[in-house]
Amino acid sequence: MNNISFNKFYRKFNILSLILITTSLIFLIIKGLNYGVDFKGGTLIELRTTDKTNNITMIRDSFNQMNLGDVSVKKFGNETDFIVKFEKQNSNDPEFIKNIQNKLSSSIGDVDFRRVENVGPKVSSELLKSGIIAISLSLAAMLLYIWIRFEWQFSLGAILAIFHDVIITLGIFSIFSLEINLSIVAAVLTIVGYSMNDTVVIFDRVRENLRKYSDIKIFELTNISINETLSRTIITSVTTLLALLSIYLFGGEILKGFSLAMILGVIFGTYSSIYIANPILVALNVSQRTIVKEEKD
Amino acid sequence: MLYFSKLRIISVIIFTIIFSYFALSNFTKLDDRFFSKNINLGLDLQGGSYLLLEIDNRPVITQRLQAKIIELKRYFKDKEISLKNFSLNGDIITFEAKEQDLEQVSKLLNDKESDINQYYQSYKSHEFDVIENNNLFNLNYSRYGLVLLKNASLDQAIEIVRRRVDEVGTNEPNILKRGNDRILVELPGLDDPNRIKSLLGKTANLTFQFITQNSEESFGTEKLSFEDEDREAIVSKRIILSGDNLVDAKPTMNSQTNETVVSFSLDRVGAKKFGKATSTGVGKQLAIILDGKIISAPTVREPIVGGSGQISGNFTFQSATDLALLLRSGALPAPLNIIEERTVGPDLGQDSIDAGILSLIIGFLLVIIFMIYKYRAFGLIANLALITNLFLLIGILTLFEATLTLPGIAGIILTVGMAVDANVLIFERIKEETKSEKNPIIAFDAGYTKSRTTILDANITTLIAAFILFFMGSGPVKGFSVTLGVGILTTLFSVYFIARLLTSLYVVKNKEKEQLL
Repeated sequence: MNNISFNKFYRKFNILSLILITTSLIFLIIKGLNYGVDFKGGTLIELRTTDKTNNITMIRDSFNQMNLGDVSVKKFGNETDFIVKFEKQNSNDPEFIKNIQNKLSSSIGDVDFRRVENVGPKVSSELLKSGIIAISLSLAAMLLYIWIRFEWQFSLGAILAIFHDVIITLGIFSIFSLEINLSIVAAVLTIVGYSMNDTVVIFDRVRENLRKYSDIKIFELTNISINETLSRTIITSVTTLLALLSIYLFGGEILKGFSLAMILGVIFGTYSSIYIANPILVALNVSQRTIVKEEKD
Repeated sequence: MLYFSKLRIISVIIFTIIFSYFALSNFTKLDDRFFSKNINLGLDLQGGSYLLLEIDNRPVITQRLQAKIIELKRYFKDKEISLKNFSLNGDIITFEAKEQDLEQVSKLLNDKESDINQYYQSYKSHEFDVIENNNLFNLNYSRYGLVLLKNASLDQAIEIVRRRVDEVGTNEPNILKRGNDRILVELPGLDDPNRIKSLLGKTANLTFQFITQNSEESFGTEKLSFEDEDREAIVSKRIILSGDNLVDAKPTMNSQTNETVVSFSLDRVGAKKFGKATSTGVGKQLAIILDGKIISAPTVREPIVGGSGQISGNFTFQSATDLALLLRSGALPAPLNIIEERTVGPDLGQDSIDAGILSLIIGFLLVIIFMIYKYRAFGLIANLALITNLFLLIGILTLFEATLTLPGIAGIILTVGMAVDANVLIFERIKEETKSEKNPIIAFDAGYTKSRTTILDANITTLIAAFILFFMGSGPVKGFSVTLGVGILTTLFSVYFIARLLTSLYVVKNKEKEQLL
């Protein structure tokens, strides 16, 4: 069995987590998130040019001449592939996209619109609302589940660990201006599930050990439990990360943001199960009496 | 217990074979209809268009309220009650009644048997809410009155949308109601959605009205502009004939002018009306108006009594075909706006499939190699369970003809990564147990038993996340939740039936060995 003194670093890593969370929150409040067309509304066009000499500046200039509001152009994988986003979306004019394609073809040569997403303001605000509801609902459901299965001290630890993971993942998206779209919401929900999964495995062991050793203090006990489950923690995060890394590297541009969010989530989820969830049990002074009392009820 | 009954082993094998068969049927072409099922590819993988249309009901409501005023006037006139000062402010009808009629008017409007303000028993509500203020009456649509009106107009619109989409002839379109004012149109495999978009964007309200000689707008006339010229004309508001009376329309070539025209034929009522109007209006210009724009305004040379005619107006063959299609499918009750569009070209879809499959294979291989490196023989067992898991997952998705999306493929890969978790939990537990228990069979059994609650807890949390995603998410994201959720179920099956069976066979055979795991 491993015997690493994780508990010696509880305090140091808690301070680190606090710093990370504070930084994330500051960025989230001041800079905010870079919402994609799903949540902000507007138009996204993934285009492929036939002329290899086309560059971002040329494409941006051609779009700027069309009065579409703020235009952003980015490379997307291949030399000839670009993502163009702008605020304007026109639901009353069915020829809107067609006209853009015609104008573009006449200025920079033949272009193929590989993907078009056009989201009106009403739909985007609804999508944002339902995304927030979905995440809150899943947090509530997790809270409920763990409250039924464990004692309240454990629930608090698990939920704080999840908040920690979600806030830091979103914070990183804010710091690096990575785009938040529908698939990121799916990623965040999966992170919630994964982080919970990881915490529950250690907590199960903590509870088991509380019954087994009545004379060991929780500070030591959490360390024993973390060590006992450590190889599982490592193996599962490694296999999950291998799968995610494969999506990130080979799954195409569209899945990049999604897999990146998940990779961050898995890393922070594993970390928080050890360094957030457990110190909270210590802080709340969980002892054998905590679970025995529960079992008598 | 490590003991498996024969019956259990056989049912596990049969179950696995059936689903693996369905999984493989995606890659073969079989003619058998029952056994040859395929996973549906989402629009993001096969290419196509997703359009969300919202019906703009304001004109319908205004129209209905105007009609209601006329109805109210007539109704109370028949009852010999005189009302005055009818007006329409926004969505509220206002009128005044005389002091002595107040009670009766109020009774007629609020009575459950009332035929002027219908009462809906199932909603416990009238069509209109009535507010009385001294001798003023205010009528506006009640909540349920509005819901019923919107539903009726949505039903009508969805029918027209279906006809138009069908006429264009795309493969397997999916047209669904969303709420009470939206229509979802999914057009798989459609390369260019522009034609359908412009067809759905037109209300296609066709009317025939005479152009007046007046040069100024006056009561009973309106000024309209021409479709493709900057010209305007004053037309009479009296509608001679509308698109409702059309029974057929098709693009044809006018042999005299060599021009593409749309020829139409009218039903009996329409033919009669048209004949009468054209015989009194010889020499006048008859404007053909589509959605408030004049397409053309030919001069009536002789009465048209045959019940058929032609519309000319600088058409190309394509635009004549489209106009004929619009006229045949009928007018929408209200304009539709495209509030969300997502189109993926077919080659991007194929690229996504390729990338998805490549990353699945690589992710799968990485996990398999890692597990063998970590657990040797038991790694092999875990891997066999993982492969079965993948077959089961794809098999179930195929059997239920679920829709596979790009995030759905990501969900499968993620399942591969997370599926080994349960086996790892068990193996690690067994390792611990073997330290205190010398008999390997008992140690293995204890490993399985003691890890069970943890595994259930851990999987239920992910299942909860998948469930919420399924009910809240849309389109591609929903596909992710399906594969993630089904993946958890197949994982549990493969761990507790396949891996456990193999483990027990292995342990029983090698129980004399020093260190098994």
